[in-house]
Amino acid sequence: MAIKVLKPGLATTVQDLGRPGYYHIGIPLSGGMDRHALAAANLLVGNEEGAAVLEAVFMGPELEFTDDTLVAITGAELPPKLDGEPRETWTSFKVKRGQKLSFDFLKQGARGYIAIAGGIDVPLVLGSRSTYALGALGGFKGRKLEAGDELPIGKTSAAVKDGRTVAKNLRGLPAAMPMELRVMPGLYWHRITEAAGIGFFGDTWKVAPEADRIGYRFKGGKPLEFVPREPPFGAGSDPSNITDACYPYGSIQVPGGTEPIVLHRDAVSGGGYFMVGTVIAADMDLIGQLQPNTPVKFVKVAMDEALAARKSRTELLGKLRSALA
Amino acid sequence: MQTRFSYGGDEHIFAEVADSMSLEAFFKGLFVTNAVRDARIKGVTEICPANASYQVKFDPDQIKPDDLLAELKQLDSASETSAPVIKTRIIEIPVLYNDPWTHETLMRFRERHQDPTGTDLEYAARINGLDGVDAFIKAHSSAPWFVSMVGFVAGLPFLYQMVERQRQIQAPKYLRPRTDTPKLTVGHGGCFSCIYSVRGAGGYQMFGITPMPIYDPNQKISYLRDFMCLFKPGDIVKWKPIDRPAYDAAVADVDAGRFAPIIRDVSFSLTEFNNDIDAYNRKLEGVLHGH
Repeated sequence: MAIKVLKPGLATTVQDLGRPGYYHIGIPLSGGMDRHALAAANLLVGNEEGAAVLEAVFMGPELEFTDDTLVAITGAELPPKLDGEPRETWTSFKVKRGQKLSFDFLKQGARGYIAIAGGIDVPLVLGSRSTYALGALGGFKGRKLEAGDELPIGKTSAAVKDGRTVAKNLRGLPAAMPMELRVMPGLYWHRITEAAGIGFFGDTWKVAPEADRIGYRFKGGKPLEFVPREPPFGAGSDPSNITDACYPYGSIQVPGGTEPIVLHRDAVSGGGYFMVGTVIAADMDLIGQLQPNTPVKFVKVAMDEALAARKSRTELLGKLRSALA
Repeated sequence: MQTRFSYGGDEHIFAEVADSMSLEAFFKGLFVTNAVRDARIKGVTEICPANASYQVKFDPDQIKPDDLLAELKQLDSASETSAPVIKTRIIEIPVLYNDPWTHETLMRFRERHQDPTGTDLEYAARINGLDGVDAFIKAHSSAPWFVSMVGFVAGLPFLYQMVERQRQIQAPKYLRPRTDTPKLTVGHGGCFSCIYSVRGAGGYQMFGITPMPIYDPNQKISYLRDFMCLFKPGDIVKWKPIDRPAYDAAVADVDAGRFAPIIRDVSFSLTEFNNDIDAYNRKLEGVLHGH
C-alpha cells in the first residue's frame, strides 16, 4: 500500500507527535503544529493518535491511492474532493484503489491533517517520523513532498468504519476574533520599559507573511522601548541582543524591538535575541491555524492560569478519545 | 555569579548564569546541567546547556513547576563548589580561510554588510586592530576554542576563544541577515565563532570553510555513524589553516569514506588554564599531535 503524490501542495510534510530529547544539540521537537487536530485525524481512521500523517499548509496536495483505505482530514477547513466529489472534513471516508484525493481552496485555518489508515510508514529517525526540513532530517527524505514521491503506508491495526465524525465542540479550533494568545511574561521581560510592556499586551498585532513551522512573525504593534544598558560582553551592541541562549518553544523574541516572533515546533533552539515571554503550551496548536493578516492580541497570564488552560486542553483530548473509542 | 531563573511558559525553566560570556559562566551551566541529568528528575524532558545560561524543559503534569524550580535552585547553588575540571575531547578542524564559496556569498550580500567595499576577513582584521588578513587568520587559528553551546540548527557549534578577554576576536553580525550561507562555513558574530552545519540563513561574518562534515542526518560519514552530530558542549576545537589542494584532498577523502578526523581525549582544568593560558594551550595542542 502506498500513495502517489501527483501534486505536492505548498509545503506538505510528514509529521507525527515529534522527536523529543535532542533540543540540546539543536534538533527541535518538530511534529504537527496543531497536535490536537493531528490526533483527531488518526483516531478517526483507527490509528494510534501519534501515527504519521501529512500536514498540508494553506493548499492541499493531490494524491492517488494504490489500495482501498480509510482517510480523514482535520484541522483547517481545506475541503477534500475524491475524484472531484466533495467530502467532509473531520469525517472519515473510504477511498478505493486508483482514486484521487484533491482539495478545494482553503476556507478557514491554515493547516490540514491528512490521516490514512495504517499511518505513513517512513523510517523512524531518532524515534520519530516527523520532518525537520531545515536539518534535512526525518519524514520523506528529510524534505517537503514533491510530485512523483511515493509514500509507503503501514498496516492497519484495527478496522474501523467510515463516516465517523468529530463534533464541533471537540475540534479545539480558535473561535473569537481577534485571536487571543495567552503569554507568561518572563525570560528577558526586564529589558523593556513599563510603557513598552503595556503596549505589547495592549496592541493588536497581525500575523506577518513570514510565518512557518520555525516561527510566526507578528507586526503592527508599537516598537518596544528598551531599558538602557552597557552591552554585556558577548551579547552584541543592539539593545535586543543577549549572549546567545536557549529559546523555549513558544518564546517570543523581538529582534530590534519591532516584530515579535513566536517560535514553534521546528524552533531554532537558541540564539542572540532577547525574549519577552512565552506563549503557554495550551495555545500552541492555535498558532498553527493562523493565516497571515489574522489580528492577534497577546494576553498576559500567570502560571496557575497556564496550568488551568493546559488541564482543559487535556480534558478536550480525553473527550475526543472517548468519542472515537 | 547569581543565577537568574525564569519560567518560559508552563513547560520550561530558563536560567541565566550571567548576562555576559565567560568560561566561568559556561562551566557553571555545564556542571548544573550535568547534575540535573544525573538527578534523573521525573518529568524533565530536555536539558540544554548554553553559553552562559541553561534551560530545562519539563512536563508540568508530572512535576509541579515550583517543585522543579526549587530542585534546580538547589542543584545550581550546590554546583558552586564543583572543581572546574572536565574530561572532554580536542578536535582538529581544517579550515580553508578566504575560500571562493564564502567569498562569492559575501559579495552577493555585500549591501547588508557594515563595509560594502571590503571582505568580511578584511573588515574583521581592521576592527580587531590586526595588520591584514594573514595576521587575522593567525589570531583566529593559533589558540583553541571551546564549544560553549550546540544549537540554533542541528549540530551547529558556538565556539568561544580560549584567550584573555582583551585578545578575543569580536565582530558584529551583518546589518541584515543573509538568506544564504554555504554549508560548513566558519563564521563569527559577537565573541563567538561557529560552523554552519547546514546551508541557510545567517548573520555571522564569514571567514572560511571546512571540508569536514559535522552533521550527517543520513549517518553515512564514518565518524558520524554513531550519532549524526559531531559536537557536544565542552568539546575543544583547534582550527588548522589549510590551502586549496589540502582542502580538495580532504573533500575527496570524505567522499571516499577515508577521512579520519583528529580527535583526542583530554582533561581540562579551568584553574590551570587561567594560571598560564598560553602554556596551557600549547599543552592542549601537544595532546592533539601526540607529543
